[in-house]
Amino acid sequence: MTIFEAILLTVITASTPLVIAALGELVTERSGVLNLGVEGMMIMGAVAAFAGAQIFGSAYVGILCGILGGAIFSLLFAFLTLTLVANQVATGLALTLLGLGASGMIGESYVSIPGIRLGAIAIPLLSDIPVLGPVLFRQDLIFYLSIALVLGVNWFLFRSRAGLKLRAIGDSHSSAHALGIKVIRTRYLAVMFGGACSGLAGAQLSLVYTPQWVENMSAGRGWITLALVVFASWRPWRVFAGGYLFGAVTILQLHAQAFGLGIPSQFLSMLPYAATIVVLVIISHNRRTTLINTPASLGKAFVPER
Amino acid sequence: MRIELQKRAAVSPLFSLVSPLLALALTLVFGAIMFAILGKDPVAAMYAFFLEPLLETWSLHELAIKAAPLILMGVGLAVCYRSNNWNIGAEGQFTIGAITGSYLPIVFYDWHSPLVLPLMLLLGALGGALFAAIPALLKAHFNTNEILTSLMLVYIAQLFLDWLIRGAWRDPKGFNFPVSRDFAPEAILPAIWEESGRAHWAFIFAIVAAVLCWFMMRYTLKGFEITVLGQAERAGRFAGFSSKRMIWFGFLFSGALAGLAGIGEVSGSINHLQPAISPGYGFTAIIVAFLGRLNPLGIVASGLVLGLTYLGGEAAQLSIGVSDKVTRVFQGLLLFFVLSCDTLIYYKVRIVWARMRGGVA
Repeated sequence: MTIFEAILLTVITASTPLVIAALGELVTERSGVLNLGVEGMMIMGAVAAFAGAQIFGSAYVGILCGILGGAIFSLLFAFLTLTLVANQVATGLALTLLGLGASGMIGESYVSIPGIRLGAIAIPLLSDIPVLGPVLFRQDLIFYLSIALVLGVNWFLFRSRAGLKLRAIGDSHSSAHALGIKVIRTRYLAVMFGGACSGLAGAQLSLVYTPQWVENMSAGRGWITLALVVFASWRPWRVFAGGYLFGAVTILQLHAQAFGLGIPSQFLSMLPYAATIVVLVIISHNRRTTLINTPASLGKAFVPER
Repeated sequence: MRIELQKRAAVSPLFSLVSPLLALALTLVFGAIMFAILGKDPVAAMYAFFLEPLLETWSLHELAIKAAPLILMGVGLAVCYRSNNWNIGAEGQFTIGAITGSYLPIVFYDWHSPLVLPLMLLLGALGGALFAAIPALLKAHFNTNEILTSLMLVYIAQLFLDWLIRGAWRDPKGFNFPVSRDFAPEAILPAIWEESGRAHWAFIFAIVAAVLCWFMMRYTLKGFEITVLGQAERAGRFAGFSSKRMIWFGFLFSGALAGLAGIGEVSGSINHLQPAISPGYGFTAIIVAFLGRLNPLGIVASGLVLGLTYLGGEAAQLSIGVSDKVTRVFQGLLLFFVLSCDTLIYYKVRIVWARMRGGVA
């Protein structure tokens, strides 16, 4: 394997969780709900996946546990913000704080236990293509799922009736409600989809990226994900591109640390966070395009008239 | 089963008072259940967690030490949130305040003067405010989401502190440990009442800040401006208030208090700089602000409650052997219950047990 292939592989591994979690959050936000709890759902997914894999001895059961963990945890957020109309910003923060705490407690007995790595699946014929084959077609299940999710979410949002309804709710919940669309039910599902995706992203962290359990191992990726959705102006393909851009920044700074360019490692570690800020500034400085792209009822409370 | 909400005509004064207490009670009940699941005697655990730390003088002092940064930051954040600006990077501003405030006692170690301490506090507050100015600038002039930028800056601040402590500011006599040299005596915030415990002046600053903020919010034009712009930006604009200036005010104010909390903690309790100076105080302060219902005096009470969760976590770890991670779970649960109970203030909640079919409602 050449160094180039190795770098490509690590970039893919670093980008996959960002893409998956951002797609989930994109669907949630398209329905008009701002869930700032991605970091919390991701870390809960990571610990659930690790625990599941340990208990059942299978990384695939781990994936399932991660998805379920994220989805169930997101229900807490859905109940508070949709049924009890609590402030979405504050509730999202609460979800993150609770997730970081609860995962630390659940994972305490798993610290420094060797994890179970999710194996690669080689796709016949395609995996024999030089250079591209080993990079793209000898990957783990979660990578393939991430690609399927990009295509699936794009199709769902822009080619399906249900997706149209979901976007209608996100742009004007009162109009959608007046048309007889089930606002609250759809939003519950959208939040849970976001939770499931964050959970899957977390599973990738504890089964593929670094197959072990480390407290706070999501290290701000959930927050970067949120920035990614804004960066992508709520479009699946741009989420994909943005996810890989951020993944590349993360990996390149790691390589730069290894080469020792004379820049202190701490400053290189700041890069992904600083890049997030820079990108956000570039994307949002034009008020008009931001206004056009943002789902109009994003973050606003909805109480059905009776 | 279904839950129906009906908007109240006016905010319920009864539930405004009851809801934080209800949230607290629910957290305790859930906490007891959690301990039972962990296989601990819930009564003994709750006693160790929430009562034992209150029974001895020295541990009351420790409570004041933990509550001081929480109250200082909680008060600043409350003012910021009231104006509808979401500074969630207090942890970063705390860190930067600790760094800028430590500049004098570390770099000018040999300068002994009674001026050192006041200058340190000033520099700390200034550092926190300047660091908070970044998200303010980005929001006011580039329309950038302040939640994300202020949070990203937390990571940057922590890495910067790490770099300083492992590099330029490392104690030359520290056996290569990542700590700065210990502060000279005149750079240490004095204890309030030395004979009985460690509690230092940061707690007094916290109380003074809370009272002043309460006065500002209640009796001054600025307080009115904050409330109006936070609740109805358009109305505020018609009144001639500038929401751009309010962004600056909210961030600089909360940043300065967070910076003061940072240097207060380092100067009063730790006495040197090290990579970890806060067990998440900046994030817990968000919970403090909400549990105190964004009211500066309420925040004094909620700061003490959350300070107790830190203290109880440490005590329970020693006496009944539960992990100190329980603290963070308690804090998270508490915020959840606070937010759900707040619904009672604005809405009448009705639980409908029967499944309804068309037309009944």
